[in-house]
Amino acid sequence: MKEQMYEEMVNAGKPKSAVLQNCARAFLVGGIICAVAQILYNLLMSAGFTRDDTGLLVAAILTVTTILLTALRIYDRVGKFGGAGSFVPITGFANAIAAPAIEHKKEGLVLGVGAKMFLIAGPVIVYGTLASVIVGIIYYFVR
Amino acid sequence: MTKHFGNASVRFTNPPSIISTAAIVGPKEGEGPLAKYFDKISADTLFNKDTWEQAESELMRQTIELAIQKAGLTTKDINYIFAGDLLNQNSGSVYGARSLGRPFFGLFGACSAIGMAMALGAMLIDGGFADNVVANASSHFCGAEKTFRFPLELGTQRSPTASWTVTGDGAVLLSSKGEGPFVTAATTGAIVDLDQKDVNHMGAAMAPAAAEVIKAHFDDLGLPHDYYDVIATGDLGIYGKKLTEQLLQDSGFNFCDRLTDCGILIFDKERQDTHAGGSGCGCSASVFAGYFMKKLHSGEINKMLLVPTGALHSVVTIQQGETIPGIAHAVAIERNM
Amino acid sequence: MDIFWAFVVGGLICVAGQLLVDLTKLTSARILVFFVVLGCILGGIGVYDRLVDFAGAGATVPLPGFGNLLARGVKRAVDERGLIGVLTGGFTAMAGGVTVAVVFGYLAALVSSPGMKD
Repeated sequence: MKEQMYEEMVNAGKPKSAVLQNCARAFLVGGIICAVAQILYNLLMSAGFTRDDTGLLVAAILTVTTILLTALRIYDRVGKFGGAGSFVPITGFANAIAAPAIEHKKEGLVLGVGAKMFLIAGPVIVYGTLASVIVGIIYYFVR
Repeated sequence: MTKHFGNASVRFTNPPSIISTAAIVGPKEGEGPLAKYFDKISADTLFNKDTWEQAESELMRQTIELAIQKAGLTTKDINYIFAGDLLNQNSGSVYGARSLGRPFFGLFGACSAIGMAMALGAMLIDGGFADNVVANASSHFCGAEKTFRFPLELGTQRSPTASWTVTGDGAVLLSSKGEGPFVTAATTGAIVDLDQKDVNHMGAAMAPAAAEVIKAHFDDLGLPHDYYDVIATGDLGIYGKKLTEQLLQDSGFNFCDRLTDCGILIFDKERQDTHAGGSGCGCSASVFAGYFMKKLHSGEINKMLLVPTGALHSVVTIQQGETIPGIAHAVAIERNM
Repeated sequence: MDIFWAFVVGGLICVAGQLLVDLTKLTSARILVFFVVLGCILGGIGVYDRLVDFAGAGATVPLPGFGNLLARGVKRAVDERGLIGVLTGGFTAMAGGVTVAVVFGYLAALVSSPGMKD
């Protein structure tokens, strides 16, 4: 088959992703974000917040910081360097909310910002919700 | 059909002359190796406008007006404008041409647009339907990212085979009178699709179309393989160009150093981190209108074949699992008739 | 020491994500969905909380931690309200985080404009 032969030709000529380097950077960036989160966690816990509130506050601080960096046009560079290290932590979720909101504001506050805000983060919420419902139903019957 | 040759080619009996060209680019292109060949480098990616879409239209309008002005003509002298871009419903070209008030044909051929526009414009002139035609193609990095990829502020990594959409416009003014260079022949490509799906490797999707149209051009017109000094493909990039080369070699065509690619020429891969190279309608258009036209005028190049290539997918078709259809058109430009 | 383990485990989860990006054809959106669902399932069977005990923020901050948060929330709600809790648990658990992102994302859109990448 012509298509298969061509596919082999394309794959043979493809440059390799720098997997090792990408992973090292992802490890570094993702690790640092989590370490900073842990430091915040420790500080807030010792300040007397409950475990639940501390978790939320840490997430909120990371989210606000990321959105600030997104608005200042810095976080896309973190993402370019860190790859999965920047989009797998909660900071990636925050960036995924702010970036399309900023990009599409010219299409208006309702259909631009409002509708496009969940362009990328939406699927995470949809599938997270579905998964939680399934987990909840099973838990109800087996607990 | 005396002007039609072989399967898909035309040879003009009254070859239109390219009486002027203009190329305007954005700041990144202005830092690239071809900087000195462009007419104007805008430091502002927004071209003093509010949105990326308006910026592209402004870039398009300015470039066309500059080409007309360089030819010593006025807008009224232009019989037709053929223009293409990457935005939905050709809005880059449409809103740019709005204030020009001339008969307008909007073209969609993705990054092959300048090839389509030049071929159609030349046919109109050779057919006696027009004296002056503007062929134009534009693209804008930010508008293309928004249309086809992700918001600019999203932290993403680009794949090594990804290309960088050129912010730029090339306008080519064709005329029934003039001293050349002349558009002497053209081959229209068919859509070629070898089941490529990777939108981050468009060179691979377009390479077969480029090889097919080049082969058809030489076969239809019965040209020796060393006929052209340069064969410049549109924007296959580094990896796509290699594939085209390989496909041509497999069919017995060996152009060696004569084969080059506008997407490779426009950026410095190492210094500018553009991965496979430049892409977008404005890439081949601005490289031809800026760089190659100066080489044709100086005599460094006498005959060239411009082969702009396009990936004709849309975001929707790709999400539906479709493959990427490729296309390429070949336009022959010669200093002497 | 807990900071060190947060760094290591958080970093490793990100490396897993990077490997999926580089070695498979999965888009980043699919990888994020996969991580959230995975975290929710592991949270549902009670495994993920052991990783949280060990790595702290290294396990809660990456997206599987978000999935785990949803699982924990829905289990707590089912404990309190029975089947009705299935409908409220997940969303309640993510309410704070999503609200912060929406409010500040909106403010960011009001004050900021996208810029050219370099």
